[in-house]
Amino acid sequence: MTVHDMKHAASDSARLEAVGGRLSRVDGPAKITGAAHYAFEQQLEGLAHAVLVGATIAAGKVTAIDARAAETAPGVLAVLTPDTIMELKGASDWFGNPPALSTYCPLAREITFSGQHVAAVVAETFEQAVAAAALVKVWYDETPAIVDLSDGKAGDGIPIDAMTKEWGDAQAAFAAAPVRICAAYNTPREFQAAMEPHGLIARWEGDELTVWEPSQWLDGMARTYAEWFDIPFRNVRLVSPYIGGGFGSKALALAHSAVTAAAAKMLGRPVKLVLNRPQNFTSYGGRAATRQTVAIGADKTGRIQSIVHRGVNETAVDGMWVEPLGSVTSIMYATPNFSSKQNVVRVNTVVPGAKRAPGENPSAFGIECAIDELAHELGLDPLEMRLINYAEQDPHAKKAWSTRQLREAFAAGAEAFGWAKRSPQPRSMREGRQLIGWGVAAGTYPVRRAHGEAVVKLLADGSVEVESSSIDMGQGTYTILAQTAAETLGVPVSQVWVKLGDSHFARAGVTGGSRLAGVMTGAVYKAAGQALNELIGLALSDPLSPFHGLQANTLVVRNGRIASPRGDGPELAIAELMSMLGRERIEAKGDTVPPSFTPEQRYNNYTTIAMALPHTEGDYSRYSWCAHFVEVRVDEDFGTVRVSRVVSALDSGRLYNPKLAESQWKGGIIMGIGQALLEEGIVDRRHGRIVNSNFADYMLPTNADIPDIQTISVGIPDPHSSALGGKGVGELGIVGVAPAIANAVFHATGKRVRDLPITLEKLI
Amino acid sequence: MRDFSYLRADNIEAARNAAALPGAMLLAGGTTLIDLAKCGVVEPATVIDISHIEGLNAIDVTADRALIGALAKMSHVADHAEVKSLFPAVSEALWQAASAQLRNMATIGGNLMQRTRCPYFRDPANFPACNKREPGSGCSAIGGVTRGHAVLGVSEACIATYPEDLAVALVAFDAEVDLGERRLTVEDFFLAPGATAEQEHDIRPGEVITAIEIPGSAAARRSTYIKVRDRQSYEFAAASAAVGLELEGDGRTIRDIRVALGGVATKPWRARAVEDALKGKALDEATIREASELAMQGAVDHGANHYKIALAPRVIARAILKLGETA
Ligand SMILES: Cc1cc2nc3c(=O)[nH]c(=O)nc-3n(C[C@H](O)[C@H](O)[C@H](O)COP(=O)(O)OP(=O)(O)OC[C@H]3O[C@@H](n4cnc5c(N)ncnc54)[C@H](O)[C@@H]3O)c2cc1C
Ligand code: SF4
Repeated sequence: MTVHDMKHAASDSARLEAVGGRLSRVDGPAKITGAAHYAFEQQLEGLAHAVLVGATIAAGKVTAIDARAAETAPGVLAVLTPDTIMELKGASDWFGNPPALSTYCPLAREITFSGQHVAAVVAETFEQAVAAAALVKVWYDETPAIVDLSDGKAGDGIPIDAMTKEWGDAQAAFAAAPVRICAAYNTPREFQAAMEPHGLIARWEGDELTVWEPSQWLDGMARTYAEWFDIPFRNVRLVSPYIGGGFGSKALALAHSAVTAAAAKMLGRPVKLVLNRPQNFTSYGGRAATRQTVAIGADKTGRIQSIVHRGVNETAVDGMWVEPLGSVTSIMYATPNFSSKQNVVRVNTVVPGAKRAPGENPSAFGIECAIDELAHELGLDPLEMRLINYAEQDPHAKKAWSTRQLREAFAAGAEAFGWAKRSPQPRSMREGRQLIGWGVAAGTYPVRRAHGEAVVKLLADGSVEVESSSIDMGQGTYTILAQTAAETLGVPVSQVWVKLGDSHFARAGVTGGSRLAGVMTGAVYKAAGQALNELIGLALSDPLSPFHGLQANTLVVRNGRIASPRGDGPELAIAELMSMLGRERIEAKGDTVPPSFTPEQRYNNYTTIAMALPHTEGDYSRYSWCAHFVEVRVDEDFGTVRVSRVVSALDSGRLYNPKLAESQWKGGIIMGIGQALLEEGIVDRRHGRIVNSNFADYMLPTNADIPDIQTISVGIPDPHSSALGGKGVGELGIVGVAPAIANAVFHATGKRVRDLPITLEKLI
Repeated sequence: MRDFSYLRADNIEAARNAAALPGAMLLAGGTTLIDLAKCGVVEPATVIDISHIEGLNAIDVTADRALIGALAKMSHVADHAEVKSLFPAVSEALWQAASAQLRNMATIGGNLMQRTRCPYFRDPANFPACNKREPGSGCSAIGGVTRGHAVLGVSEACIATYPEDLAVALVAFDAEVDLGERRLTVEDFFLAPGATAEQEHDIRPGEVITAIEIPGSAAARRSTYIKVRDRQSYEFAAASAAVGLELEGDGRTIRDIRVALGGVATKPWRARAVEDALKGKALDEATIREASELAMQGAVDHGANHYKIALAPRVIARAILKLGETA
């Protein structure tokens, strides 16, 4: 069983079901009742269990591994080391660039970060594997590690020229500006911290590999497996119907994936490996730590004359991650002069990765705090400051916005929040011993677009199946695709079955960058439209059809029944018509791929991100927008910050399902509260090791930390962004939350905290 | 395999006998024991399940004393009507500890025996040096990440914070722990590390905590527990204070006061200097704040935990002020 099969609530009315309706998650009942089976829950005959051994040093070499005690421990089937694991081929990266090396060993001899996998033990049971893994002895030749960006050995790093954005003469204009601010903003290493850990079950049948693994990108990961094991792409089947949270971390097949699939191949048995919680902090990267300086020069009325921005993010010794820190800086405000440059610094960490709104999120922290500082310097209301410098077009691309409802977001948010009652002076609002602060910040995220495909099947019983190898990690793909198919075909949602998360279904690109809803609603719309046309065509032309010979050039389907538009002639259920036509099914594959694409290009479209369409393609610049209004209460003795109110107004264009969009936005805002106040990977500087790699010590907000959050949709359909007019939803909500909170903390206390998270010792 | 044997004790005698076996460990709610076994910190040879012993979960409260059985659940004690009215600090300390799920599992006896949250203590694979785990092996925390470590009662051997909440209230109100043959004050039951960081409690092989007794007092009746932390819930204290207050008939002169601290010391920490400085004094904010500073006499920080020295006296002061306001 790879898809949920719970019946949809019958009470959902047609209004809820249409695209744009507030239909509840169709996969909800399956998840609540436990009927939804996640990757690790597969029960397979002969399953063996693998457990990894991680490096206890952050830099150096493995000099020897003594596996004898582990090998003879009860239940042990194999101990894999760099010397004993089968050789894999190098795989191309996610842009499709060919590998630097022709072979790949997922167990390390050269250690570049603490926790790196050096060996794996496979045993009959999980407990046996855990016990034996503790018996593997590893000797190292340790060398000094660069633990983080503030390490004296870290240096200035490598300039990333592709990140440079400049116009006018920013330095000179800044120097000449009558009002100036310049400050440094830092964000720490953060982790996606999804509830469901990473891991997989791998099973070989001949040279066919099936992998059950939570995945945000089945086709991309299947490609990697195929290349590692040098087998055809179609020989890999990745299954991932449900994902317990990804937040950007589950898009790639990683070293532990390779170890598991190799172990399964070597042993001729299915193998399961699930990373324990600490390993989820070292086996893949979270958000890179960042440093930014933002200098803004303005005239006395508050008009920005120049922005000079410099950014640095950490990356790994043996892997490159660029967190684009100038992304929001360069587009949020109108400025005649601008300069942004970025370096990356190699430190001994696992290569950082994508975490919700990579780039935009830390970028907004810099510019949105800096603009608040400038407003304070000028004695201007921070909201007024933003309106004075409102960018009427994309200042960087110099193109018109496709849609930008940011002014509307400011207005709607301010009204609902009661911003006009804000007392401007810091430390001027209090209740007892709680200092109260109000802060505002804006956020944005580009509309990432791609080509997609889907299969829609009309079955003999009148039900509809939608198939796609895209996924639902909680954001609502099952639901909105059911809504799209139901609306396009004219059938109730309860007759639509959406099947996702199997790489043998119609192909899909990565679920990341908030693109999936736009891509997939477009593809399903197209496929469903084709299926409908075929049905109507047959109904009008097939001699067996009761509509045959009717004086109509089309038919309409409503509520699962087909009839002529004028209502003359018969009206039948789709199932009845299918039976009269003697058809088992009508199947259509629809896609939004340009007809000119070669098979190779199509393959790359789904298995790499190189084919994504630029958001500034053509005449328009496409972004979603938001404004967050936040109230904090800071205890004047303790320095503890609690967020007591959030009102956010967001422009994600047309919403396919407002209920799901709101929950995505709120999820982002909650994550932003954690980022602002709690989250930080704390490194032991002597060992280059994260010491709070568990859920008791890596702080995420609890329910008690989250106030009532009000979200307001101010979007309008954006025809330039997607087929149905939607823009991105999933990542937008988090962007701007941390600066809104930091600005509110300043307003409450008069203290500017520029290093996240804003923990109590920074305020006492 | 890390095999161990499992024994279920049906009565307290059986539990004591089994507890005398080498490598034996008691299992109550299991929320600490199983956690530490998974981390590789403890490897019991025998696990003695005491959770089925009858009668050990009783809670009996009169104006004179609260008698709490070792197997009483944290959530039951926290929610007990007389505990709330006669020993509010005890109830408040428990409510702010751990999470609802843990409180429903965890027992009062197990709670007292909880180990430190020092991250180095909990990660033997990566940090072999830890005097608490391996006497003489050194201390990995000193020179490392110390934001949560203690500033009071520390030694060169160990700076681990005693993490728990309830015992802070118990120490404030002179509670005693019943070990069968012996009875000790909770304050004496906990040991500061000194040169023997591995010894955290004055408990001997074969001893089992059967109950805790808290004497009733006016100060206990008018008491509170304030816990300060970055996260609103489900986090150990950055600093906490259990305070009890008894005023003279004038409603503003302090007759009796009890002050104990959590989150900043190697054991639940009674702040007698603060109590002595305030007895007989008027309930006035400046006086209270000044006296509260005395709690930090002898404090030693290790860098990142420096803020605790500023924070803890404020927590004490606010707890006293809060009690003063609720006259
Ligand atoms: C994530 C997390 C967060 C937490 N947060 C907090 C917090 O904020 N504040 C707080 O106070 N606590 C907190 N706790 C700790 C929790 O309160 C303890 O784990 C719990 O009280 C232990 O009780 P138990 O019955 O489960 O003990 P067990 O795990 O069964 O036993 C713990 C220890 O006590 C011994 N023992 C048990 N009963 C007796 C007895 N009668 N006599 C002698 N020895 C005995 C056992 O042998 C064992 O060594 C947290 C725990 C976790 C896992
Ligand atoms: S502080 Fe104590 S518990 Fe922590 S490592 Fe040092 S000796 Fe061990």
